[in-house]
Amino acid sequence: MPKGLHQDRGGAAVSLRSATARLGSRSVWSDLSLDIAPGECLAVLGPNGAGKTTLLRVLLGLLPLASGTVTIDGRPPRRGSVHIGYVAQQRVFDRDLPIRGRDLVQFGVDGHRRGLPRTRGRDVDAAIAAVGATAFASSAVGMLSGGEQQRLRIAQALVGRPRLLLCDEPLLSLDIASQQGVVQLLERHRREHGTTVVFVTHEINPVIGFIDRVLYVAAGRWAAGSTNDVMTTSTLSSLYGTHVDVVRVHDRIVVVGGDVEGAAGVHHLHGSDLGTGLGGVPEDRTRAPADHEAHFQDGHGRDRPSGDRPSGDRPSGDDCGDWPGAPSSGDGQDVAGQPGAPDAGGSDPVGG
Amino acid sequence: MGLSFYLGQPFAQHALLAAFLVALTCGLIGPFVVTRGMAFAVHGTAELAFTGAAAGLLVGNNPVAGALVGSLVVATMIGLLGARPRERDSAIGVILGFGLGMGVLLLSYYHGFATAATNILFGNIFGVSGNQLTVLVVIGILVVAVMATWYRPLLFASVDPEVAEARGVPVRRLGLVFLVVLALTVTGAAQVVGTLLVLSLAITPAAAAQRLSASPLAVAVLSIVFAVLAADGGLVASFESSNVKASVFVATFSFAIYVVARVAGPLVRGRRTPIRHRATAGSSSP
Repeated sequence: MPKGLHQDRGGAAVSLRSATARLGSRSVWSDLSLDIAPGECLAVLGPNGAGKTTLLRVLLGLLPLASGTVTIDGRPPRRGSVHIGYVAQQRVFDRDLPIRGRDLVQFGVDGHRRGLPRTRGRDVDAAIAAVGATAFASSAVGMLSGGEQQRLRIAQALVGRPRLLLCDEPLLSLDIASQQGVVQLLERHRREHGTTVVFVTHEINPVIGFIDRVLYVAAGRWAAGSTNDVMTTSTLSSLYGTHVDVVRVHDRIVVVGGDVEGAAGVHHLHGSDLGTGLGGVPEDRTRAPADHEAHFQDGHGRDRPSGDRPSGDRPSGDDCGDWPGAPSSGDGQDVAGQPGAPDAGGSDPVGG
Repeated sequence: MGLSFYLGQPFAQHALLAAFLVALTCGLIGPFVVTRGMAFAVHGTAELAFTGAAAGLLVGNNPVAGALVGSLVVATMIGLLGARPRERDSAIGVILGFGLGMGVLLLSYYHGFATAATNILFGNIFGVSGNQLTVLVVIGILVVAVMATWYRPLLFASVDPEVAEARGVPVRRLGLVFLVVLALTVTGAAQVVGTLLVLSLAITPAAAAQRLSASPLAVAVLSIVFAVLAADGGLVASFESSNVKASVFVATFSFAIYVVARVAGPLVRGRRTPIRHRATAGSSSP
């Protein structure tokens, strides 16, 4: 992967300088300065409402910065740029929707252009084949599983050969196998085409081997650097302004907040997951008793710690969604053979 | 008197042409109405075209112009009041309640032909005048032109607004344009089937088409074919009946097509079936 380029602003794929984003009167994050090198994969982490999607909207040219500058390939972002691919947060497709998988991918080629819909295109076939969706691309998109839909969305984003790929929670509501499939797909594409990837997620573990650096946004503050630099107790505690524990279990990172809000945002040992996880898996014992209590109360109080999530809009998000970094059945063990720490080369100082 | 006798009469030819124009526009916008979840918007616009028509009747004895103005005003209000679907539905409900009340009030001041009022509600296809036909032709051309130009981006925006917006589609503006197209179409359809039965041409054929195929083009074609079958078929059927309104036949035909599509749908539009092949087979059968 290209490294070290981000020192040189001219060569950066994405460059933010003292960037501040506002939604209405609320400041989302401020004074963000960051360069993303061509071909780099940046994971954007943080609790709900921290401004992860806002960052993507800024890069897409949909939201102007309140102050500071942003450039993509040296130019200000432009809405509808062909150089940017976008995988939006998953929405439920109605079963009767008159759209097949291949029509969805075709939109990536010409959906913005006037005229009647076309259904032919060699690029489209190739993009569908590249994500392994040929078998179901002619089915109604609303009849497909979440993982199949996500493959098609990725094909749609990649069909125009973008230089920058923006993904907003692409793993949400996918089962573990589909998550791995999607990550491998993105990783392969990036390796073959040198695409820069900005990957918004609230769960670092499924992408830990895929990402070069982490941008963590929380409470209006931010930190950027290698996984090892950012995902530490001290960094996250200072971001949240409250004590947050970052615990490594085998090669997984578990973030445990001291208060409900922190815990909700940082990590998702949901009430329901916790119920099964607490007793059975030894690694939970590494957490402080106070945390057990916080989670537990939350589990009783409401279904999810993060009450602000529009869970109703997501398909079966409560069952298999937000795949827990956690506890269930032996997951921690079977990855023990892999190298312990993620291979995150960049060693930028923690900013903010 | 046989069918051939009626087909030779100018009033029947006018009616058939009017029904065709209305069916074409309704069938064309139908898939978008269904995809965008705007059935209630169609109903609301149609009902308020009634209020406009009542006002037109009272002011200048011109219900069509009144209905046109009424539905355009309503479409604008819906567009301004509700951006998101749920907001939109309650906004329509609010306007609908008040608008219908106004319509009833206006009608109580009207002392012309009593049938003029029922014609607005239930349609009067055989009373289509030369002027009305001209209006329908103009509406038809406008709607087809706008839809042919914006079909693809509008479909993109209807299916996946976030990505469409990011790709440069003017999602919000297209939504407003579609409301205007919808208002025009509904006003035209109200002439044929009446404001109360507009849904049977603007929703039912498209809903039936979606049962049979997932291809956007096939659905568009089927939706138009079904609408034309229901409108002109219902009209022809009504030639033989002197005391049942044509709109009854239109609504019945439309519903029958939907029932057939609903039953045949699972056979034609299965989960893993290569829909392209099956859809062509299905389109020839109904």
